[in-house]
Amino acid sequence: MNRWQFVKRLAPLLALMVLVLSACGRSDLSTLNPQGPVAQEQFGLMKLAISIMLIVIVVVFAISFYVIIRFRRRPGDKTIPKQVEGSHKLEIIWTVIPIIMLIILGVPTVQSVFNLAKDYTKDPDAVKVIVTSHQYWWEFEYPELGIKTAQELIIPTGKTISIEAKSADVLHSFWIPSLAGKIDTNPGANVNTMYFSAPKEGVYLGKCAELCGPSHGLMDFKVKSVDESSFDRWTAALQEPVALPSDPAVKEAFVSKCLTCHAVGDQGGPAFPNLTGIGSRQTVGGILVNTDDPKYSNEGSTEENLHRWIKDPQAVKPGNQMPKVDLTEQELDGIAKYLSDLTLDYQQ
Amino acid sequence: MAHGHAVKRHTGLMDWLTTVDHKKIGILYLIAGGFFFLVGGLEALLIRIQLWKPLNDFVGADTYNELLTMHGTTMIFLAAMPMLFALMNAIVPLQIGARDVAFPFVNALGFWTFFFGAVLLNVSWFAGSAPEAGWTAYAPLAGTTYSPGHGMDYYVIGLQIAGIGTLIGGINFLVTIINMRAPGMTFMRMPMFTWASFITSALILFAFPALTVGLAALMFDRIFDANFFDPSGGGNSVLWEHIFWIFGHPEVYILILPAFGVISDVISTFSRKRLFGYSSMVFATILIGFLGFMVWAHHMFTTGLGPIANSLFSIATMLIAVPTGIKIFNWLFTMWGGSIKFTTANLFAVGFIPTFVMGGVTGVMLAAAPADFQYHDSYFVVAHFHYVIVGGLILGIFSGLHYWWPKMFGRMLNETIGKLTFWTFFIGFHMTFFVQHFLGLLGMPRRIWTYLDGLGFNEMNLISTIGAILMGFGTIFFLLNVTITAFKPKNAVNDPWEDGRTLEWTISSPPPEYNFQQTPLVRGYDAFWKEKMEGKKGMTPAEPIGSIHMPSPSILPFFMSLGLFITGFGLLYSDGTWGSVGGIDTGYIIGAAGLLVTFTCMILRSLYDDHGFHIEPEDQHDGGVKA
Repeated sequence: MNRWQFVKRLAPLLALMVLVLSACGRSDLSTLNPQGPVAQEQFGLMKLAISIMLIVIVVVFAISFYVIIRFRRRPGDKTIPKQVEGSHKLEIIWTVIPIIMLIILGVPTVQSVFNLAKDYTKDPDAVKVIVTSHQYWWEFEYPELGIKTAQELIIPTGKTISIEAKSADVLHSFWIPSLAGKIDTNPGANVNTMYFSAPKEGVYLGKCAELCGPSHGLMDFKVKSVDESSFDRWTAALQEPVALPSDPAVKEAFVSKCLTCHAVGDQGGPAFPNLTGIGSRQTVGGILVNTDDPKYSNEGSTEENLHRWIKDPQAVKPGNQMPKVDLTEQELDGIAKYLSDLTLDYQQ
Repeated sequence: MAHGHAVKRHTGLMDWLTTVDHKKIGILYLIAGGFFFLVGGLEALLIRIQLWKPLNDFVGADTYNELLTMHGTTMIFLAAMPMLFALMNAIVPLQIGARDVAFPFVNALGFWTFFFGAVLLNVSWFAGSAPEAGWTAYAPLAGTTYSPGHGMDYYVIGLQIAGIGTLIGGINFLVTIINMRAPGMTFMRMPMFTWASFITSALILFAFPALTVGLAALMFDRIFDANFFDPSGGGNSVLWEHIFWIFGHPEVYILILPAFGVISDVISTFSRKRLFGYSSMVFATILIGFLGFMVWAHHMFTTGLGPIANSLFSIATMLIAVPTGIKIFNWLFTMWGGSIKFTTANLFAVGFIPTFVMGGVTGVMLAAAPADFQYHDSYFVVAHFHYVIVGGLILGIFSGLHYWWPKMFGRMLNETIGKLTFWTFFIGFHMTFFVQHFLGLLGMPRRIWTYLDGLGFNEMNLISTIGAILMGFGTIFFLLNVTITAFKPKNAVNDPWEDGRTLEWTISSPPPEYNFQQTPLVRGYDAFWKEKMEGKKGMTPAEPIGSIHMPSPSILPFFMSLGLFITGFGLLYSDGTWGSVGGIDTGYIIGAAGLLVTFTCMILRSLYDDHGFHIEPEDQHDGGVKA
């Protein structure tokens, strides 16, 4: 047990810390790389807390190492150290200093708690969104605009988004790490509110943060921030009628087997994710990433992903409510193709 | 006094099933707790293997949720608690100069109810579905609508039975410490481990009833179709969160305080120094225990309790840092100026201090509610509570086991393997959990079955998995050490560390069944040390040598608990699984049969007075107090 072992123990940790802190993670996902004022405020508090805590760590580690090295027993040492009962002076010091540190942390904490609890649900300038979580998807309703969408929350850049969050089944938690901390979605009439905004255009990753069943880890969503005119075009486009598949066989299958649960435009049922504009979304089922340049195993073109999802939804997201629908290969291809072309043209 | 009653002696397995000796019950707790520690550890390794790379399919999503639920539940209730009870049973009566606990029969009952509850919970693995709603069992996910299998039934009934054991164990230690202290062993002369056990027992007394109530209500929801927590039937899911955490937060302190006690005793012994600031340590322990009941809603900052509740619970939580800080600095200044010997026990204790501080500071960070909105239910939280529970409690237990092993078993653990255990476990631990702070901050939620590639989580998850395997090796080294030691001769002396300060080191290793041939007279704090410093070899006796009254062994606790096990099993399958007999569900009939066993045992216990037996001075061989 020589002193070098402590150095050896710490070296990899320190190296890691440097590595990690030099890259604060993806800007669309990391809490250390905040992209909006709410996450910024939370990050500020985190930085303050980390700084205070680093002081504590440094002091404790310094005393520890000093003591461990300085006061180790030499072999054969039979001396009896002085039996000290305590020291009032020291004890007061290490009671008072932590209290001061906690006041430094506590005051901004309380300020921030109240600041983040501001209610924007009555603010005419805020965009209201009712978030309803389901096993395992997200429903976004814009009550003032009379529109509903799923999985992708489209917001106008810079505007305050006022969220009312609730759950249709079990507890979930609504979390967009790079924009704002999470709020639980409770079942029953227990509605929670929060707000956030995204000053920059972009797509931000959202996660479910409360264990909600087997596919909890796959319950991702996206927040897409677009400029205000694009947002207006999007809300208008969402309300336009949608043409059904041109091939009669595909149309028949789509109407009888898909629209019983899902909606496109003004047709179909409201219980499950609204498919209007699904071809423009970033993901299928929240977890299959749409890209023309697939690098990883859950990536593919929109059409491939739709095909994969419809073919066996349980294989992609175990325990979700969508059954394996009885479709012929042609119907499946036709529906996947039709849905992937179901885009909303709103961005310029 | 004459031989009023025949001395009942059992041997072999029967001895262990009937024992009411606190030292043997301690060993039973250690074996059972150790076994479940291995089970929980195996579950942890499976979790880490699943997460070592993105989109891994080593286990399915359902199985993963079962693993994470059973890992948490097992580690908290079936591994950590019983291993603490093992140390408390083995050591506390010795430290206060008592011949046994206040209620030896109840002590055995506590062990067997824990054991059968634990077995029942784990039977779920073989019955088709293990609990899957997380160890927190949040409603409505834990209800029948969303967890239709029997898994969560096993959780509510298994934990209920195991909880009885903990509750009566806690009461037993409260009574023991209040009433059974040797002459002169005033409260302010008690060793820190005894103090910590005392406060922990008080916390158990106040916290476990909340769990009992919550589990009973959840049982009604699941088995008798009640609606306590189901919003669709007028219940409230937030109610469960409150009940669970009103129990759950004090539980954290129930776990950590005895570890604090172990660390205090070990550091003081191996620094050859009196514990620095003893009275402030006692005060800090009480304060932590008290504040522990005031902070439960910090687990619920994101539930939507509103800014006033969130502020209050933020500040209350931060306050706990003050008494904890007092303890940390007192330990450091106990070592300051001491003569520190780095035995394995002390390595674990010294390693505990910086590790626990790291867990503590992240605790204060989590206390800041707005920042917690980001940390909550992310891997940051996973890192935090593993730093305090593994880095605190488990290091403390390892320290205590190495320290008291000779007292419990009469054999010294091998120091070389011990040090190997420490370094593998310690390095593995930091590798596993340090990176998890950053995983959480980078946006990885906890309890996720898998994660996508390209999110920046891959490397750190791999490091974490390698660390977990190292911890597994550390545990294997410990088992190896125990096995090798078991074949060595039983030759540990009374005070094998030579620097023992407290009463347990004044008697033989292991102690005779009556512990102290003569109850010692305690003349100050660190009673044995005080005598040693005055040149004496042992304690001054407080009574003449005489006949020693001992409790009789009994098989009743075993059968009482077995009855509860059968009842639980019957209730679990009272949904028509096994059909019905004469219009009554077979499950209820089995349940009633189990209760009949338990009540019969209770009646037997009430009707037949057992006055125990006496050990006469001529039969008192080794050990005892050397005057």
